[in-house]
Amino acid sequence: MADEKIMAIPNIPTPSTPVIFNPEVCNGCNHCVEVCQIDVFIPNPEKGKPPIILHPDECWYCGCCVNDCPRPGAVAFNWPLQQRGYWKDKATGEVHQM
Amino acid sequence: MGGWYEYLRERGEPPTWPYPVRYGYEQEVDCDVLVVGGGIAGCWAAISAAREGLRVVLVEKGNTVRSGAGGPGCDHWCDVPANPLSNVDPDEWAQHMAERPYSNGIGIQIQCRENYDTLLELEQMGGKIRDTEDEYVGAEGRDEKTKFMLSPRFGRVHSYLELDQAQMERTFRSNPEKKRNNVVLRVWGTTFKPALTRECRRLGVHIYDRVMVTSLLTEDGLEGARVVGATGVNGRTGEFFVFKAKATVLTTGGVGSMWFLSTELGGYCNMHPRTLSGDGTAAAWRAGAELTMMESSRVLRIATGYKHKWYSGAGDASYENVPIVDAQGRPVPYPIQGWLDFGAMVPRPETEQTIREKVLKGEFELPFYGDFPAMKEVERRITWRLMLGEESTTKIIVDTFEKAGFDPARHLLQSYKFIEGGSLPQWREPWGGGLIVDWDLKTSLEGLYAAGTQLFSPEDHSFAAATGRYAGRKAAAYARTAPDPRVSPEQLEREKERVYAPVRRRDGIDWKELHAAIARVMQYYVSEFKTERLLKIGLMALRKLEEEAVPRLCAPDPHKLIRCLEDVNLLTNAQVVIHASIARKASSVHLDFYRIDYPELDPPEWNEFLVLRCEEGKVKTRRLPLRFWGNMKEEYEARNRDYKGVYKR
Repeated sequence: MADEKIMAIPNIPTPSTPVIFNPEVCNGCNHCVEVCQIDVFIPNPEKGKPPIILHPDECWYCGCCVNDCPRPGAVAFNWPLQQRGYWKDKATGEVHQM
Repeated sequence: MGGWYEYLRERGEPPTWPYPVRYGYEQEVDCDVLVVGGGIAGCWAAISAAREGLRVVLVEKGNTVRSGAGGPGCDHWCDVPANPLSNVDPDEWAQHMAERPYSNGIGIQIQCRENYDTLLELEQMGGKIRDTEDEYVGAEGRDEKTKFMLSPRFGRVHSYLELDQAQMERTFRSNPEKKRNNVVLRVWGTTFKPALTRECRRLGVHIYDRVMVTSLLTEDGLEGARVVGATGVNGRTGEFFVFKAKATVLTTGGVGSMWFLSTELGGYCNMHPRTLSGDGTAAAWRAGAELTMMESSRVLRIATGYKHKWYSGAGDASYENVPIVDAQGRPVPYPIQGWLDFGAMVPRPETEQTIREKVLKGEFELPFYGDFPAMKEVERRITWRLMLGEESTTKIIVDTFEKAGFDPARHLLQSYKFIEGGSLPQWREPWGGGLIVDWDLKTSLEGLYAAGTQLFSPEDHSFAAATGRYAGRKAAAYARTAPDPRVSPEQLEREKERVYAPVRRRDGIDWKELHAAIARVMQYYVSEFKTERLLKIGLMALRKLEEEAVPRLCAPDPHKLIRCLEDVNLLTNAQVVIHASIARKASSVHLDFYRIDYPELDPPEWNEFLVLRCEEGKVKTRRLPLRFWGNMKEEYEARNRDYKGVYKR
């Protein structure tokens, strides 16, 4: 670890991950790339691999990429930590967060 | 971290741009009717014009299948008094809706007369508008014969009319017994945009996705002359487009985050995507078209990125029949836009104040919750699965809540009322600004039509659909006899020069910095405190950005080029807002517009639309009476004698 080559890169946009791809299920069909009206994603240069999230800061969280994905489980929505909603169990009063 | 950094680490270099870069390449496209913007209004305009057998081109900045504010879905088909369950006359309802000061009587009349036909046509195309699977049998508002699902919205009380007496219950001549008005239908709107896109393609509409329209072309390049097409640039390849058209319909969205940019959640700054940058309004302004209501703005209450998103429980948790309770389960007297309160949602200021006082005294305990478990089972499913599940960006909210374990039968959804705080008065959004149109939805420029949120004082999804469908029809009628377009080569060259400037620079200012700067100017000088002095400083600051920052905009790729060009449009829109604000020398409750130097509220001599246009760099203003459209029923009928109703596929 000590001698690991580390690249000098700027801070990562926050939040950086509006969706999480499952590379086991995603076959890189890029349907989400096409459906997104913002172009948050670009196709992975390697065919068959999940798209790359290039513009996470422009995502408006419309969800179309996940809603319209033809392979269930290939992509999951990932709310920014600060945006995760709360609820309460009516019977026990226990509070949960997404 | 989204894959980009992982890729960088693995390969030691970032991915190369995945699309061919074609800066400077030019494609020329000829058509009869050009539709600019492929949202709800644009798709309908294209379909409507293509049905007339004309050559139609649709240009869209995103991808038509899901683009626009209505792309992901739509849960309410509002103001549909022509539906068979309605208890009010369409013309009377239209009249009622247009009584609100600064409303759009032309668009509303079209909406109320034609949006039921529009809905039935949508069904022909594959849009779901009825409970055909009998999922909600036994629900209030479900009609067994038609399987239509009514919403309680506007049932008896009209919540949007809080500023005047019209909010109160009223008796319609056509509904003397005061039955529920039944003018809003629930719909399965996630099916709509794909259906509309398929229909466009079936009718032979040529769709150009990922192309941002950058300017309108005018005959011989003259300002204020007939519009003869548009220029565009592809956001993936950077290729330039020249669209030549006999008629053009402008159906881009309005303008979103002019007052506000959260640099981290840039796409999350208001209820619309960042791409809503007033492209159409800016292009129309530069071409010399007349705009109105540009001075009107209001506080952005939700979706700022600093608050919870609406429907994930923000202030409402999450309305329509959901009772609001405090942390102890005590009912909080918020209206819920449900069957019990007949459609009202916004509380009266006194109610809001009483609740606040009780919170501070400990009589209500925070947080508040939406008590889904207390609802009747079928109503709960309707609100959660049909309303929220089919509305624009909320399907994904419902799905992710459920995946995380939320069950509306057992769980209360938290509200963020009070604990998230109010919005700053400087967090604003434009409200109602757009193009002036006549009864053909023709703008002040020959050959240019407009619909949807491109119109002044637009309404909702079904307004966009019905006005788009109407504008497409009228534009087609014009295009049939219009002469061929005469495009000016000089105008094209000037535009190419302007469009490509940011990609020629190797260093400079990025789009986010400029956007944030525009927003800050608007916050300081065009917000809560308005005086001529402040407005003029704002104008000076925007001009400085135009002269000093715009010539330094730098775009490393075609995507960021689009963002840069959007900034320039935001800047144009912002300047028009200030010009309009300086010109209106009065305050107005209805426009949420308060001038400290002209404090009188809505003085009669200022109860008029303020209309602006640009001529040789000078701003020209005129005024139009609030009901300049005349008798809505008569004017509509005089111009639509040949209207056939539902189109048969």
